[in-house]
Amino acid sequence: MTDYLKPLPKSDPVTAPFWESLHRGKVQVQCCGDCKIFVFYPRALCPACGSRKLAWTPVSGKGHIYSLTIVAPGRGPDIFKNDSPYVVTLVELDEGCRMMSNIVDVDAEDVKIGMAVEIVYDCVTEDVTLPKFRPVIPSKTSPHL
Amino acid sequence: MSGLRDATVVGVAESDKIGVVPDKSSLQLQGEATLNALADAGLKLSDVEGVFSAGFRPTEVAEYLGIQPRYFDGTHVGGSSFVVHLGHAAEAIASGRIDVALIVGGESGRSRVGLPAGFSGSHSSAQSMEGQFENPYGLPGAIGGYAMACARHMHLYGTTSEQLAEIAVAARQWAGLNPRAYKREPLTVGEVLASPIISWPFRKFDCCLVTDAAGAVVLTSLDRARDLKKKPVRVIGWGEGSDHQLISQIPDLTSGPGRISGPDAFAMAGVRHEDIDVAQVYDSFTYTVLTSLEDLGFCKKGEGGDFVSGGRIAPGGDFPLNTSGGGLSYTHPGMFGIFTIIENVRQLRGDFVNQSLRQVAGAKLGLVHGTGGKLSATGTVILAAD
Ligand SMILES: [Zn+2]
Repeated sequence: MTDYLKPLPKSDPVTAPFWESLHRGKVQVQCCGDCKIFVFYPRALCPACGSRKLAWTPVSGKGHIYSLTIVAPGRGPDIFKNDSPYVVTLVELDEGCRMMSNIVDVDAEDVKIGMAVEIVYDCVTEDVTLPKFRPVIPSKTSPHL
Repeated sequence: MSGLRDATVVGVAESDKIGVVPDKSSLQLQGEATLNALADAGLKLSDVEGVFSAGFRPTEVAEYLGIQPRYFDGTHVGGSSFVVHLGHAAEAIASGRIDVALIVGGESGRSRVGLPAGFSGSHSSAQSMEGQFENPYGLPGAIGGYAMACARHMHLYGTTSEQLAEIAVAARQWAGLNPRAYKREPLTVGEVLASPIISWPFRKFDCCLVTDAAGAVVLTSLDRARDLKKKPVRVIGWGEGSDHQLISQIPDLTSGPGRISGPDAFAMAGVRHEDIDVAQVYDSFTYTVLTSLEDLGFCKKGEGGDFVSGGRIAPGGDFPLNTSGGGLSYTHPGMFGIFTIIENVRQLRGDFVNQSLRQVAGAKLGLVHGTGGKLSATGTVILAAD
């Protein structure tokens, strides 16, 4: 049994390859065989062109912060309240698609839009690895979170 | 419009009490609002043929009210639902399918008595798209989504916390003129900026109230309206739009689907932005107003901060906005859209004509704009005094 109490994702047949790629520490995202865009979240069809030819493709795990919010102490969903302040972000991967995540290994106040980030594989349970991100050049003020 | 009838709003009302009403259930509040709106119109429950609701299903509401509708719409796109319903109800009236429509919404958002299923908080399953790709990261509900949008707007356009605060201060000034408003004591930009951060960049006073309240709106044809009690208000243009559900899927974080619903509503009404005398633009957060005004085309993208500054949207300003005090200071149960309609109809009827600044003098043309979800769906309606 795990003592991780925060919400966990439950994969489905379409999304499972993404979650499995995180578990292996080598993130993959779908790429459209017709219009070539990278698609996230995983789908059965390309939302840009309708193509069903979506291929799982290794990506760099690098990107930048598209936007963020800093959640003040005691203000997040109940199970997160002891974490505050924490950063919820939308990261835009170098390949062009965006995903929600948290920024780790840096003080919340030092996180800025546009900051270069890279993926961190956060093995929260035996079965689930979440994609988190950290600044490419870590802040000197906080070696770990 | 040949072959179509003119749809008009003939009755609007809140529940008997709004604010903190701990002794009444959500359906009771909706029942009161319905009876009050029908009384405002001079119509009876038995006249209602169409029921439009969100939160509670139309069948739940109709059952509670003892109505057997032959037309219903439960479109549920968050707080904008009722503005979307207004367009749909107008179509049902205009086409002749029904003669009398009821739109009703609201809940015991503060006291939490008899809430509809799925009210606020995240109830999405772990296998839903939200459950897989957003919930694990602790985004604090709607506020977190709007906060991320606002942060990017500030980054790209230099929008400031002071400009956002002007929206909260103007709302409070309007609320000071409205005896039904929940928060009426004066508020300054400095006090807004000194209020605690909830989800940066939003502070406490950037966020809407949480109250107990319901509202209802009654429509019929213009011909029938002429025989009723109140001055009819015609529904002359409407539009709706959506470009995402999850905030992580929004195509452009600094713009919302008002850029879809707004032009449709203006084109149908055949009026221009400068013709609008009074506007109610959903203020779930201060930023919601700012981006909506840009999306609707009242100013260019990025210029919303300047647009709302200098008292322009406050009482006596040249762009009277959210004249009830809005969701920021008047009332906001879980979904506010129904109250934007109620206030604009009252302004266009001249209900406050002896109350100095409370009445927008000579208001003939009004705009109502609702935003629901996390900037996910909008409805825009243009109303005209008959
Ligand atoms: Zn494609």
